[in-house]
Amino acid sequence: MYHIISIRDFERRELDYMLDKAEEFDGRACDPRALEGKLLALLFFEPSTRTRMSFEAAMARLGGRSISMDNVEASSVVKGETLADTIRVVSGYVDAIVLRHPKEGAARMASEFSGVPVINAGDGAGQHPSQTLLDLYTIRQSMPIDGIDLGLLGDLRYGRTAHSLAYALSLYGAKLHVIAPNGLELPAGIVSELDERGMEVVEYEDVNDIIREIDVLYVTRIQRERFPDTASYFKVASSYRITPDLLADVRQHLIILHPLPRAGEIDPGVDRLPYARYFEQSRNGVPVRMALLHEVIR
Amino acid sequence: MKKEDHVHGLVISPIKDGTVIDHITAGEALNVLKILGITGSTTECLSIATNVASKRLGRKDIVKIENRELRKEEVDRIALIAPQARINIIREYRVVDKKGVEIPAILRGVIRCPNPGCITSTNEPIESAFEVLPKGLHCLYCDWWITQDIASHII
Ligand SMILES: [Zn+2]
Repeated sequence: MYHIISIRDFERRELDYMLDKAEEFDGRACDPRALEGKLLALLFFEPSTRTRMSFEAAMARLGGRSISMDNVEASSVVKGETLADTIRVVSGYVDAIVLRHPKEGAARMASEFSGVPVINAGDGAGQHPSQTLLDLYTIRQSMPIDGIDLGLLGDLRYGRTAHSLAYALSLYGAKLHVIAPNGLELPAGIVSELDERGMEVVEYEDVNDIIREIDVLYVTRIQRERFPDTASYFKVASSYRITPDLLADVRQHLIILHPLPRAGEIDPGVDRLPYARYFEQSRNGVPVRMALLHEVIR
Repeated sequence: MKKEDHVHGLVISPIKDGTVIDHITAGEALNVLKILGITGSTTECLSIATNVASKRLGRKDIVKIENRELRKEEVDRIALIAPQARINIIREYRVVDKKGVEIPAILRGVIRCPNPGCITSTNEPIESAFEVLPKGLHCLYCDWWITQDIASHII
């Protein structure tokens, strides 16, 4: 049985395989009855409407159906029951489980108790592999991933999407340029791990210093709760804001990504520039999740 | 019995049947017992000697456990904190088996994950699992690393 738990479990050829498969499902050669008669359980122990809807849409487009336990049930009805028990019970009902849970490693544990494949849709500060795959997919739509210069901007300390993406990109010989506010830098452990994997990581104070030399700018959300007060949040947030002015003289093929929802990191004026790809990125969640579901449900 | 046990007049008598763990890193005897799951509430008859002079280690600890022969997978867990340890299995006062310790590739249920957000820090029915790598211990659930002071994370 095949579980999708962490991007670290993927080798380069497996990532490429999944991206190729997503491309097949993207509009053209898609059999709308591929998963007819199959049932998916969506277990969301913390809210993420977007991720949930994207999995539901992916399942429906392949002719399968979904059942879900919503957040209210997760917090009250099932109170006291272990996740292990919930997984054992639910895996008796369905052909695969999509799990989002606040504890890191929850999906790994679930895979040990499940009789059906488990797909991790985010476990606390841990992994969210389908997000990373759709990030890679969006980059690959514009350019070959090999050897790109990618700028990571924003909260790189707590931003798990940034960590997973950096990890995956180390398999493609990409170079990482990191720009983060004080206290929200990429953790040293991750930098040293990327270094061991042969990835060059360079830090910058100001996005202006590097914006003209990168192929992809990946912006992550800077959360207000990471700052002691609103004033210091606004001060940092405004100096990390991407505006149309900042994008004068950038590489012509530059693309800007953001896992969404955004909270002011990207000026709406950027949306109509050719560099903005975050809405396509979000849309790409569907073909990527179709590929994952089709791969694990047999 | 090793000669050095007697040289300093230790009151630690030979055992008839059981296990002697020799050459434990000085000061780690109690942690060794903790890892082996031997606590005040278990019934083993124990002798512990700490900071004994040793030619090889300068100082060492020794633990003797009567009427219990430790299995290899039990003793390998202590390699983390006492890599030089030697295990002697005793029957009728004679050493019938002698072995070193090897650090296992994966430690299950030995180390508590320091990450409060880790699924192994909850009431779920699972044991912690750490991969043993040159850089340190790596939690197989939450990807945290323990690189220092490993003994303080022993369950
Ligand atoms: Zn852990």
